[in-house]
Amino acid sequence: MMMRRLLKYWTIAVLLSLVPVCLQAAELVSKQGFGKENEIRLSFAAAVGKDVAGYIANYTVFEESDPDIRLEIKEIVLSPDGRQVSLLFTEALNSANAHVVSIRDSDGKELTSLLVKKSYLGYILSILISALLVNNFVFTKYLGLCVFFGTSKRKTTAKGMGVVFTIVMVVSAVMSWFFYQFILIPYDLNFLQIVVFIGLVSLTVQAVDTILRKVNPILFNSFGVFLVLVIANCVIIAVPLMMANYNYNVIETFMLALGAGGGFLLALYLMSSVRERLDLANIPETFRGLPIAFIVAGQFAMAFLGFSGLQLF
Amino acid sequence: MANDKSSMQLISRGILSENPIFKLALSMCPAVGISTTVMNGFMLGVAVLFVQVFSSVTISLFKNKIHPRIRIPTYTLTIATWVTVIDLALAAYMPEAYAKMGIFVKLIVAFAIITMRLEMFACKESAPDSFWDGLGMGLGFLIGMMVIGLVRELLGSGAILGYDVLGFKPLLFFILPSAGFFVVGLMMAFFNWIELVYKQAKGMK
Repeated sequence: MMMRRLLKYWTIAVLLSLVPVCLQAAELVSKQGFGKENEIRLSFAAAVGKDVAGYIANYTVFEESDPDIRLEIKEIVLSPDGRQVSLLFTEALNSANAHVVSIRDSDGKELTSLLVKKSYLGYILSILISALLVNNFVFTKYLGLCVFFGTSKRKTTAKGMGVVFTIVMVVSAVMSWFFYQFILIPYDLNFLQIVVFIGLVSLTVQAVDTILRKVNPILFNSFGVFLVLVIANCVIIAVPLMMANYNYNVIETFMLALGAGGGFLLALYLMSSVRERLDLANIPETFRGLPIAFIVAGQFAMAFLGFSGLQLF
Repeated sequence: MANDKSSMQLISRGILSENPIFKLALSMCPAVGISTTVMNGFMLGVAVLFVQVFSSVTISLFKNKIHPRIRIPTYTLTIATWVTVIDLALAAYMPEAYAKMGIFVKLIVAFAIITMRLEMFACKESAPDSFWDGLGMGLGFLIGMMVIGLVRELLGSGAILGYDVLGFKPLLFFILPSAGFFVVGLMMAFFNWIELVYKQAKGMK
């Protein structure tokens, strides 16, 4: 019952978030969006003459944050019915930023000006996917290796560790965001970043430890040992530092922490599956233990290179 | 215990028998992540050396004032303070090198090796001994980083410290980030092999 109601609210929320997209149907241009990496696609509400839509000089495109830098259009492809046009640029566009496209008619009078950007939901999800796969913290950023090699011997420990990491990361990152936005920035205490963040991380670990012990002793026993290991770990402290670096808002910070934790869980699980097999294999004596684990991790890192450039949204 | 170790012994222990990277396998992240050239390895090594020495001496000076139950948070805050110092100093005086090392300078705060030395050595021994121990450990880390950097730079781009030595690029693969895992793994195996051969030779006699 509860679930069904939640589902209903969720559906309504999703539909509401789509409303602005539909409302953007302006008079001249009905639909706009990014195509390939160097492409912006526009659909017109009615057929537009080739003398207006077909000339490069009639379009001005720039990123919303840099109005001075005009982006150079290489080619314009107009569909035969005159209702769709795709602008091809000489360089790849940074589709994370909003782009302003303004169209003039042949006399130089501005017909319309519109904003091309990805939907915010897609942007948020792209942060999650990026932290999870493309910039996986273990295999492409090389963080948290001590814990990674230390606890990836068995699948069960790997899973427990990954879950604890994800919880601590999300809680500490969101807390750090509040401290950073409401204390460090207003009082100009940015140089205290490291001290404050490491303090918050230790505090979170201690709090999770105490709360779990009281609330769910069974769960606590199953991964109580790992909590101590979490305190001094570079993966966890890296998330608040990155948040401060990129100036993320709270939802983006949450997604980054979730992706980073999930990525760490994924890496630990993959590695532990391989290492359980390695126990049975006949490995040369000099490679036993850590050396072979490093080689396997290197292969995983090469495999994860394949995710670079992945864009789902 | 403090009297029977000379400063030289403390230093050589950090470099050889308890080398942080190859023997203790701690603080591997930067060893894999940014050791693409000798210079990068050297810069981060110096930063770690600085933090290690100063935190060791600080903790050793105040060891009688720190309550045992809050010692770990105290260590963390001490390290964080010194990391902030080196972080700001590098950003101000060496912006180019700082940009290359990126987030890793700030992450020195989470290096297991520094906390471990404070817990195992500095909180029990006198300040001069802690200084030498910190110096040894820092040098061990520095040398480890530079050796990995040397291998990667020589094999990856055929150069040492930016000077072209070989005139060709033997294995471009080694300059790629993921090769860090391979280089460290192969070097560990190499040291294991030397130890094995050494032991066998001893057994023959």
